[in-house]
Amino acid sequence: MPKVTIDGREIEVEAGLTILQAAERLGIEIPRFCYHDRLSIAGNCRMCLVEVEKAPKPIASCAWPVAEGMVVRTRSEIATKARNGVMEFLLINHPLDCPICDQGGECDLQDQAMAYGRGFSRFGEHKRAVPVKTMGPLIRTYMTRCIHCTRCIRFATEIAGVPEMGALGRSEHMEITTYLEGALHSELSANVIDLCPVGALTSAPYAYVARPWELKKTESIDVMDAVGSNIRVDSRGPEVLRVLPRLNEEINEEWISDKTRYACDGLRHQRLDRPYVRRDGKLEEASWQEAFETIALRLQSLDGKKIAAIAGDLADCESMAALKDLMAGLGSSHLDCRQDGAKLDPVNAAGWRFNTTIAGIEQADALLMVGTNPRWEGALVNARIRKRWLRGGFPIGVIGEAHDLTYRYDHLGEGGDALRAVADGSHDFAKVLKDAERPMIVLGMGALTRSDGAAVLALARKIADETGMVVEGWIGFNVLHTAAARVGGLELGFVPGEGGRDVEGILAGAEGGEIEVVYLLGADEIDTARLEKAFVIYQGHHGDRGADCADVVLPGAAYTEKHALYVNTEGRAQRARLSHFPPGEAREDWKILRALSAALDKTLPYDTLEELRARLAQASPVFAAYDKVVPVAWGVFGTEGTLDAAPFATPIADFYRTDPISRASATMAECAAVIAPGPNNAQEKTGTDG
Amino acid sequence: MTATSDWRAEPESFVFSDENKAKIEMIVAKYPDGRQASAVLPLLDLAQRQAGGWLPRVAIEHVAEVLGMAPIRVQEVVSFYTMLHDKPVGRHVVWVCTNISCMLRGSDEVLEACEAVTGVKLGQTTEDGMFTLREQECLGACCNAPMVQIDDDYYEDLTAETTTAVLDAFKRGEIPKPGSQSGRHTSEPENGLTTLKDTQGGDS
Repeated sequence: MPKVTIDGREIEVEAGLTILQAAERLGIEIPRFCYHDRLSIAGNCRMCLVEVEKAPKPIASCAWPVAEGMVVRTRSEIATKARNGVMEFLLINHPLDCPICDQGGECDLQDQAMAYGRGFSRFGEHKRAVPVKTMGPLIRTYMTRCIHCTRCIRFATEIAGVPEMGALGRSEHMEITTYLEGALHSELSANVIDLCPVGALTSAPYAYVARPWELKKTESIDVMDAVGSNIRVDSRGPEVLRVLPRLNEEINEEWISDKTRYACDGLRHQRLDRPYVRRDGKLEEASWQEAFETIALRLQSLDGKKIAAIAGDLADCESMAALKDLMAGLGSSHLDCRQDGAKLDPVNAAGWRFNTTIAGIEQADALLMVGTNPRWEGALVNARIRKRWLRGGFPIGVIGEAHDLTYRYDHLGEGGDALRAVADGSHDFAKVLKDAERPMIVLGMGALTRSDGAAVLALARKIADETGMVVEGWIGFNVLHTAAARVGGLELGFVPGEGGRDVEGILAGAEGGEIEVVYLLGADEIDTARLEKAFVIYQGHHGDRGADCADVVLPGAAYTEKHALYVNTEGRAQRARLSHFPPGEAREDWKILRALSAALDKTLPYDTLEELRARLAQASPVFAAYDKVVPVAWGVFGTEGTLDAAPFATPIADFYRTDPISRASATMAECAAVIAPGPNNAQEKTGTDG
Repeated sequence: MTATSDWRAEPESFVFSDENKAKIEMIVAKYPDGRQASAVLPLLDLAQRQAGGWLPRVAIEHVAEVLGMAPIRVQEVVSFYTMLHDKPVGRHVVWVCTNISCMLRGSDEVLEACEAVTGVKLGQTTEDGMFTLREQECLGACCNAPMVQIDDDYYEDLTAETTTAVLDAFKRGEIPKPGSQSGRHTSEPENGLTTLKDTQGGDS
């Protein structure tokens, strides 16, 4: 291992590390624009120049590997002078429009110009101007500001896997653009905005909305999918103005999907901001008192067996626990959190989690995906699979629809037959899995929501057992959820109790009259027409399908408006935090249930969030270990049976609109119109479909 | 010469001719497996010649498809090299060198003659699609300055008169003899050899 001296301090680092990385180990920051940890090294901005002893001229530290005995000076006169020169050249063509630039206040160029800039310009010629480029509804461009760091090109090509961005022309005439100025066909496209060190690529929906220093920043958790991306919610007053990613190596690294980032304008529209009660067939505004009284009247002397509850995809764990306890108090065991009817077996946590963990994908050496399009169901899981695939030696097999997943895979078949063939070893891919040291299988909701879902689950478990996916320290069996609430609901047992009905049973019961009252906790993805005969209580934050059919509407809080726990697909409990209060009369969800329980004379035994979380921690250790994955034991789950040969279908029809929030978002509607065809569009295949 | 209006039109499709397909096979075979993208320049040259002197979008996409590249990667290459055109050009592209040696030897007059004969300014194409006039930095023929490149050939030692004659020949559909237009052999001294007179070519 080479020993180097940087600014007079010695450090021994592994060979192959660059000077810049070695300096970072010592806590010495070298300025840079083009270099980025997660992208390939370009070495074209020259901002990271340092002085190296015995080298004839300053060296770009981001692209220079350390060598034994190297003596580096990062702050010497030569280094500083070199950077001053680079900065002067960068600013030659950079417009002085910081006062009207959205990047102002969070701009690398602005910050570093403070340290290395001259304060005045010696350039008397005309500045270069570049026409604005079109890059779709999310990315606003102002290409005159571009300093050609090429981070966006490298991100699109390497991380997102959509080689659609490039640099046309050369030298002074070089311009960054997408092919034919189209939108970037990626679910991760807006990350280039964060990567851009200047104001060339900025956020279109957030254009001229706010300055970074006026925003309240709240660290929170995303609920648009079950990945549980770590986010920072930037709000001003009662409005979420933007959502940015927060670093979490275990989950989303430093990226988020476009839906996570831009569905936030949906939080301003279609909101339920006061209780409603249906009178003479019409929903009318009411007070909390009236709403509770209406419910109490309806439930009076009603047998608990005629009451049911369904939790939706965005429900937080606290409110599901409170609703479960309330239902128990009312004497009902009809509850379910699997509103899409997924045949997840609630007996063993290993059977519903992404056991490998998202970061664990990088350790795997073979992958079988069944009935899932991870690009839409968990865009960052897909990014992680691609990251692993790029390293090589990672055969991937897909059973189900053949989408462009940004990496190559073997398409083994469409339906149950193919899965059966892998299970009984008659397909070659079974051997690939067997030969692998750490093989993994990913089951999507497309495979589990069918009537033979339980049999698919059992067969997948069998494949896991027989191909050695379960060994010491490694469980290669994974379920990729699409709903943020799902794993939390399963962990706390929001499933039918003894003699209880599942979602299908509840809906059938409501049609047949055996179920008279249905409590929907933000459940919108069910066939609400089947609830016509029942008395429906809808608690949620958006006026969507559920509220449409409700007899009483209780306005709740969206994920940015409450302190709440969400468990992601790995089984990792994470805390979302309140960034601002819910609108109007709306309240935090668990508080609504606590108040309702008192009105029904079934008072729940907790008065504070802490007490409720203690109750959750008793239900499962998952809720006591924030941000960690609590290991589970492998077990038996699923029900063996015959498999339908019909193709596994993707549960998501439109990536940009999957829940009440994104359905209310104008930005998402625009994306759906412009970019949506994406992976589903046969014409746009890029040759990576196997 | 007929005035045609369709030389600027974007073709609807592009596929390599059978003759070119055979050439492509030979070109691609020069590179190791998985490195076919290295053949992008020769393929673009073939495509440009086949498509009529420039590379329409369909041709760029076809080259990308043949080599398994993303279209933007091919477009980057096209936009980088001046000899590849992503916009329609005339049948003959006239590159006038205006760099220092040619300038000192009278490229201004050569350029003026070009503009006079074609009737267009630098960077423009004649209405009939016959000539495109372009400025070029040093083409490396300083010993025969001033010079222009027309299509694949150099025309050297030009004056306003010889430039006009060369271009007029192209207008008539002829291809004038490339090389020095002053009559000297390659870049030998104008008044004949002053040294090495007693050696035959190659002998010492």
